[in-house]
Amino acid sequence: MAILVFVEAAEGKIKGNSLEAVAYAKAMGGPVTAIALGAVDKAELEALGKYGAEKVLHAKDAKLDQGIIQAYASVLSKAMDDEKADILVLANSSLGTPVAARVAAKTGAALASNVVELPNTSSGFVVKKSIYTGKAFAHIELKSQKKVIAIRKNAAELKEVGGTATVTDYNPSLADADFATKITSTERATGEILLPEANIVVSGGRGMKGPEHWGLIEDLAKTLHAATGCSKPVSDMGWRPHHEHVGQTGVKVSPQLYIAVGISGAIQHLAGVNSSKCIVVINKDADAPFFKAADYGIVGDAFDVLPKLNEALKGAK
Amino acid sequence: MKILVCISHVPDTTSKINFTENNTKFDPSGVQFIIGPYDDYALARAIELKESTGSTVTVINVGTAETEPTIRKALAIGADDAIRVNAEPTDSFFVAAQIAEHAKAGGYDLILMGRESIDYNSGAVHGIVGEMLGIPSVSPVMKLEVDGTKVKMAREIEGGKEYVEANLPLVAGCQEPIAEWKIPNMRGIMSAKTKPLKVVDAKAVDSGIKLQKFELPPPKGAVKMISADTVGELVTLLKNEAKVL
Repeated sequence: MAILVFVEAAEGKIKGNSLEAVAYAKAMGGPVTAIALGAVDKAELEALGKYGAEKVLHAKDAKLDQGIIQAYASVLSKAMDDEKADILVLANSSLGTPVAARVAAKTGAALASNVVELPNTSSGFVVKKSIYTGKAFAHIELKSQKKVIAIRKNAAELKEVGGTATVTDYNPSLADADFATKITSTERATGEILLPEANIVVSGGRGMKGPEHWGLIEDLAKTLHAATGCSKPVSDMGWRPHHEHVGQTGVKVSPQLYIAVGISGAIQHLAGVNSSKCIVVINKDADAPFFKAADYGIVGDAFDVLPKLNEALKGAK
Repeated sequence: MKILVCISHVPDTTSKINFTENNTKFDPSGVQFIIGPYDDYALARAIELKESTGSTVTVINVGTAETEPTIRKALAIGADDAIRVNAEPTDSFFVAAQIAEHAKAGGYDLILMGRESIDYNSGAVHGIVGEMLGIPSVSPVMKLEVDGTKVKMAREIEGGKEYVEANLPLVAGCQEPIAEWKIPNMRGIMSAKTKPLKVVDAKAVDSGIKLQKFELPPPKGAVKMISADTVGELVTLLKNEAKVL
């Protein structure tokens, strides 16, 4: 029985978290059929074979170039049917998560999102999901025949296992009613490493003293190929855009390395970063609560430490 | 316009999470419960729309009797009436089915809620309600303006936002900065006591999901401090010990 994987593209490239979704489905035992909607390069789709997709369905109707939640849910539900796939895997994202909900409701599938590891199938089908904004986990049995699983970054290891996938055009009939929402324009930073996708995140807090000092955060991020984030006060004061706000009511990240500079470590901020593999805290206040949640800490002035750290990292390359 | 706001009753964001009964039950002792922060944004926007367009605002919560102070707070903030579906909110599908049932009967134009609850974080209820009612659902919405039957929204996406338009009726999962949280004033608190709060039975739903157990993450080891004068040491540790570079 094939497992269907919805893959998302950004700036013409398949997102890293979607590659992980393919790897996740492969590790579950496949065979894996991936599906992409809208304009994506064929070579990108063929390359999904590397991570275990045998086949890729490409629904390239231009109406699907924009991520319309309802339309995407209809196409994915139809594809589950056509491919006789009982399981849909996708990556949690601003599009994937709401789409997953509608697909589950449409197909009668049991839904689990924020899944952090492969299912345990020793007795039933049990997934582990992150709850209480990273403060705990729940083990949930999905009892329905059909299942929709939305995974978090790092739920599966990205391993190259195969070659080239066969790409076939997929042309389901599209109902006008599914296009009742219209996307009139999009504002997106280009060329930036996206926060939820990043393996390394460098975040700044009020300790950076003003938006004019963000060059120090950006320089370090550039050296590390990292995304930049910030604390809630920083986004509230308009120093940085809201999509960079990491925390309980912002973006939740789970990178390999999280570097927090001048962030005191309120519990709401920690909730957004506590599933990072390694946390480094740089703060001039030795009593900052963030140090308790860190793996490594430096007590020092950001304006002194950041340039030195940047040089040391460059030298280590 | 008739607005329905769906609110969750969740532990305050500063709560320490613990479980009892062999990790199968949430431990509420010492925990302060609040309106879900994202739901609170949805409620605040609903009250603004009520004031600017003369709408009515009904709040709905799926929960047992303990959630009533949370519902009363929503009434104190300015909702007109409330419905409590008397059941444990076990999963997204169950909660969404209860909301959809009442939304159908109530003929609401706009259904607002948070992008996700902060206990289960599934971010699914808005989508499931939309699907059950056969109407659009948009999330996460950071700006929402109603002009006649047209709704203009900004939806947050990775690295930016997109502007979305749809017609009423629709469901929106909200987040900041859609509106500023509202704090109830004394008049609101007094009037909330007498506003209608209807308690209804839940409809039976099989969501195909069964909780087996909860788990807390392993405790974090001690932090290793490095002197600001020897930052090179940190680079070495990140490379060789943590293996993250």
